[in-house]
Amino acid sequence: MEKFGFKLSKPRVIDFDRNDKSVAEFIHANEPSFRLCIECGGCSATCTAGNFIPFSLRELHILLKRGETEKVKDNIEKCMLCGKCSLVCPRGVNTRNIIELAKRAFKIPELHAV
Amino acid sequence: MQFDPFVIPFNIGLYFILIYAVVRSIIWFRDLSRPDKLRLQRGFFGKAFGQSLKEIFLESLIHRKILRTNPRLGYMHMSLAFGWFLLILFGTIEADIFGEKHLNPPYKAIFFKFFNPEHGITGFEAAYAFLMDLILLFILSGLFLAVIKRFTPKVVGMKKSTKLKSLDKLALTSLWLIFPARLIAESLTSGEYSTGSFLTGSIGSWLATFLPAGELAYPFWWLYSLSLGTFFILLPVTRYLHIPAELFLIFMRNSGIRTGDKAGSYSEIQAHSCSSCGICIDQCQMNFSAGINNIQPAYLIKAIRGNEDTSEIAMNCLMCGRCDQKCPVGIEISAVRMIQRREVYSGPEFRNTWKGYFRLRNGDHTPKPNGHHVYDYLPEVAAAEKTDILYFAGCMTHLTPAVSRSMVKILDASGLKWSFLDKDGGACCGRPLMLAGNDREARELINHTSELIWKSGAHTLVTSCPICYKVFRESYYLDIEVLHHTQFIKNLIDEDLVRMNFLHKRVAYHTPCELGRGTQVYNEPKDVIRHVAILEETGYEDENSLCCGGSLGNIKISYRDRQKIAVDAAARLTSRNPEILITSCPLCKKTLSAATPTKVADISEIVAEAVIIPKTEKTSLKHSLPVAEAVNIF
Ligand code: SF4
Ligand code: SF4
Ligand code: SF4
Ligand code: SF4
Ligand code: SF4
Repeated sequence: MEKFGFKLSKPRVIDFDRNDKSVAEFIHANEPSFRLCIECGGCSATCTAGNFIPFSLRELHILLKRGETEKVKDNIEKCMLCGKCSLVCPRGVNTRNIIELAKRAFKIPELHAV
Repeated sequence: MQFDPFVIPFNIGLYFILIYAVVRSIIWFRDLSRPDKLRLQRGFFGKAFGQSLKEIFLESLIHRKILRTNPRLGYMHMSLAFGWFLLILFGTIEADIFGEKHLNPPYKAIFFKFFNPEHGITGFEAAYAFLMDLILLFILSGLFLAVIKRFTPKVVGMKKSTKLKSLDKLALTSLWLIFPARLIAESLTSGEYSTGSFLTGSIGSWLATFLPAGELAYPFWWLYSLSLGTFFILLPVTRYLHIPAELFLIFMRNSGIRTGDKAGSYSEIQAHSCSSCGICIDQCQMNFSAGINNIQPAYLIKAIRGNEDTSEIAMNCLMCGRCDQKCPVGIEISAVRMIQRREVYSGPEFRNTWKGYFRLRNGDHTPKPNGHHVYDYLPEVAAAEKTDILYFAGCMTHLTPAVSRSMVKILDASGLKWSFLDKDGGACCGRPLMLAGNDREARELINHTSELIWKSGAHTLVTSCPICYKVFRESYYLDIEVLHHTQFIKNLIDEDLVRMNFLHKRVAYHTPCELGRGTQVYNEPKDVIRHVAILEETGYEDENSLCCGGSLGNIKISYRDRQKIAVDAAARLTSRNPEILITSCPLCKKTLSAATPTKVADISEIVAEAVIIPKTEKTSLKHSLPVAEAVNIF
C-alpha cells in the first residue's frame, strides 16, 4: 500500500471525568492547605531536588489536581523533604505534608480507595 | 474468725494480678534482644540492682521528681503510693504480731480489723492502731486532692487534666472507693466494739450514736474487698498499669537498656509507665501557644496503649524535646515517638488480642533494602581538591544567605584553608527525612554527602544549621571533627585566629532546640556572644529554651498554628527588650524574624560585623595574627 506520510496521533485531550482524583481528594481531606496553592512556582524555584533534576512541585501539584497521578507517582519520591518549599511558599501551603500524604497514598492504596 | 466470704473478690483480684505479673514479665523478657537480655541479667546481679531499689523508693513511692516540679501534684501521688505501701507493710506486720498466728495469708492483713475487732485498746496495740490511722489519713488526704483535681484541675496546678477511657473510669472509681470504704468499714467496726484510734475510733463512736454500726459494717467490708478486687483485675488494661510497669522500667533503665529505633519490650514498658501526670502537656508549646492539645506524649502514649492509629498524633509534634526533659518517669518520649513515625508506612506494630491483656507483635516491619534507589539522580562524586576545613551551609542556610555570607567572611578572615561544600546547593543532610520516619531514604542522602566529605580530605566539618549538625554527629560515619559554627567560632577566638571589635549592643540569645536539647551545645554560643556584645538573660535558658515553631520535625502543623507559636515564643524571648535577638539556627532566624519587630540575627552575622579583617593573608593554623586595627575585645 502506498504510504502518504500521514499517521494517527493519540488524542491529547485531558478527560477530567475519567481521571483519578482520589489521591487529590485524599490529600485535600487531610491537608486543607492543598487548595491554597496559586501555582506560583516559588517552591520549584528553591527546590533542593530541583537543583539536580527537572523536578517541580508546582507541576506535581497541578498534575495531582488534574488527576494525572502516574507522573506524580514516578516523581514524588525524589523530594528530599528538606522544607525549603514550605518556607518560601507565599500562601502558607504545607507542602511537605502534601508530599508525605501523596507518598503514603501511593504506598497504601486502600487509604484513598473510592 | 478465720475466713469470711467477703474476702473472695479481693483474693481473686490479688492472685489474678500476681499471676498476670509473672506471665507478662516472661513475655517482656522473651521479647528483648539478646544483648538487652544480657544487660538485664548483669543488671540484676550488679550494682544496678541497688540503684534500682533506691530509685524505686524515691520515684515510684516518694515521687521526688513530681514533688520538685509541682509539690501539690507530687504530694497527691506520694500519699497514694507511699501511703498505700506503708499501709500494706505495717498492716502485714500488725497481722503478724497481733494476729492469731504468724505468716498469714494477705487478706488477713488487709482486713485485719474485721478479723480482730477488739484489737487496739491499750498500750502498744493502741499506739500501733494510731499509726495505722495516721497512714490512712495520709492516703485519704491525697485522695481528696485527686478527686478535686479530676473536677477542677487548676487546684493541683495542672493546666490540663488527661481525658479518660471508660475502663479507666471504672478503675478510677474502684480506686477512689477503696480507702473511703476501708475508713467507713473500720470505723463502723470500731464503733461497735468501742476500739479504734483517733480517726476510725472517733468517727466510729460518732456513727454508732445514731446508726446500727454492727449491721452496717459488713456491707462496707464487702465494698472494700470488691473495690480492691475490681481494681486489681482492671489494672492491666487501664492507665494504672503504670504503677507496676514503672518498676520494670527502672530496673531495665539502670541495667543500661535504651529505647532504640524499633518497637520492643522496652518501648512498650515505657508506654505503660506513663502515669498520665500531664506534666508534658504543660511543657508543650503546641498546647500553651497554639492551643493544640491532643498530640502531647500523654495522648500519644494513650493511643499507643489503646492500639489506635497514631500516625496523625505522632507526626504532629515539633520534636523540640521540651517534654522529654521534664517527664518525671524518665520516658524517652522522642525515641518512642520516632518509633511511631517509622511505622506510618507499615501499620501498627501490635495486634490486639485478649482485649489488651496480652499483645502479640506483628513481626518485623523494617523496610528491607530492595535495590530501588530514589535518589539515584544525584551526580557521581568526583575527586575534589583537598582542603582542611569543609563548610556545609545546609538547605536552611541557603534560604538565609546573610548567614552563609557571614560565615564566608569569618572563614576568610581566619586565614585557614577551607572550602564551601554546597556552594551551589547540595543534597539535603537527611535529617528531615529521618524525622518523618523515612530512614532508608535518608540513608541514601547520608551516603552521598559522606562521600563528598571523605573525598575532600578535610579534618574539620563546620555547619551552620543545628539540624544538619545533629545528623552529622549522630547518623553519619565520619572520622573527622564535626562542629557547629558557634563551636568553630569559639575555637577561632580561643586560638586567636580572629579578632573582633566589641559592639555595644544589648542582646538576648535563643538556644535552638536541635543545638541545645538536641546536641547539648549550650555554652559555646553564649561565650562567643559575650565577646562581641552584652548578653542578657531571656528567662528561657538552656534546657528550658523555647522552640521557635519553625521546626522541620512537624510536617502536620498548619502555617497559622506555626505562626502562633512563633509569635508567642518571640514575644517571650524579647520581653526584656533586647536590641537584637540572636540565635544560631538559620531556620530559627527565619521563623523568628517573621514574628517580632525586634531585629533577629544569627551569631555568625554579629561576629562577621565585629570581625577585624587582617591585612595580610595567613596560611596555617598556628601563625599569630598580624593586628591590623585597634583591638577592642572587652
Ligand atoms: S510556592 Fe506555594 S503557592 Fe507557589 S506553587 Fe508552590 S505550593 Fe503553590
Ligand atoms: S521539601 Fe522537597 S519539594 Fe520542597 S524544596 Fe525540599 S526537595 Fe524540594
Ligand atoms: S509522658 Fe511523662 S510527663 Fe507525660 S504524662 Fe506521661 S509520665 Fe507524665
Ligand atoms: S516534643 Fe515539643 S512539640 Fe512535641 S509534644 Fe514534646 S513539647 Fe510538644
Ligand atoms: S528551627 Fe525552631 S524548631 Fe528548629 S531547632 Fe530551631 S528553635 Fe527548634
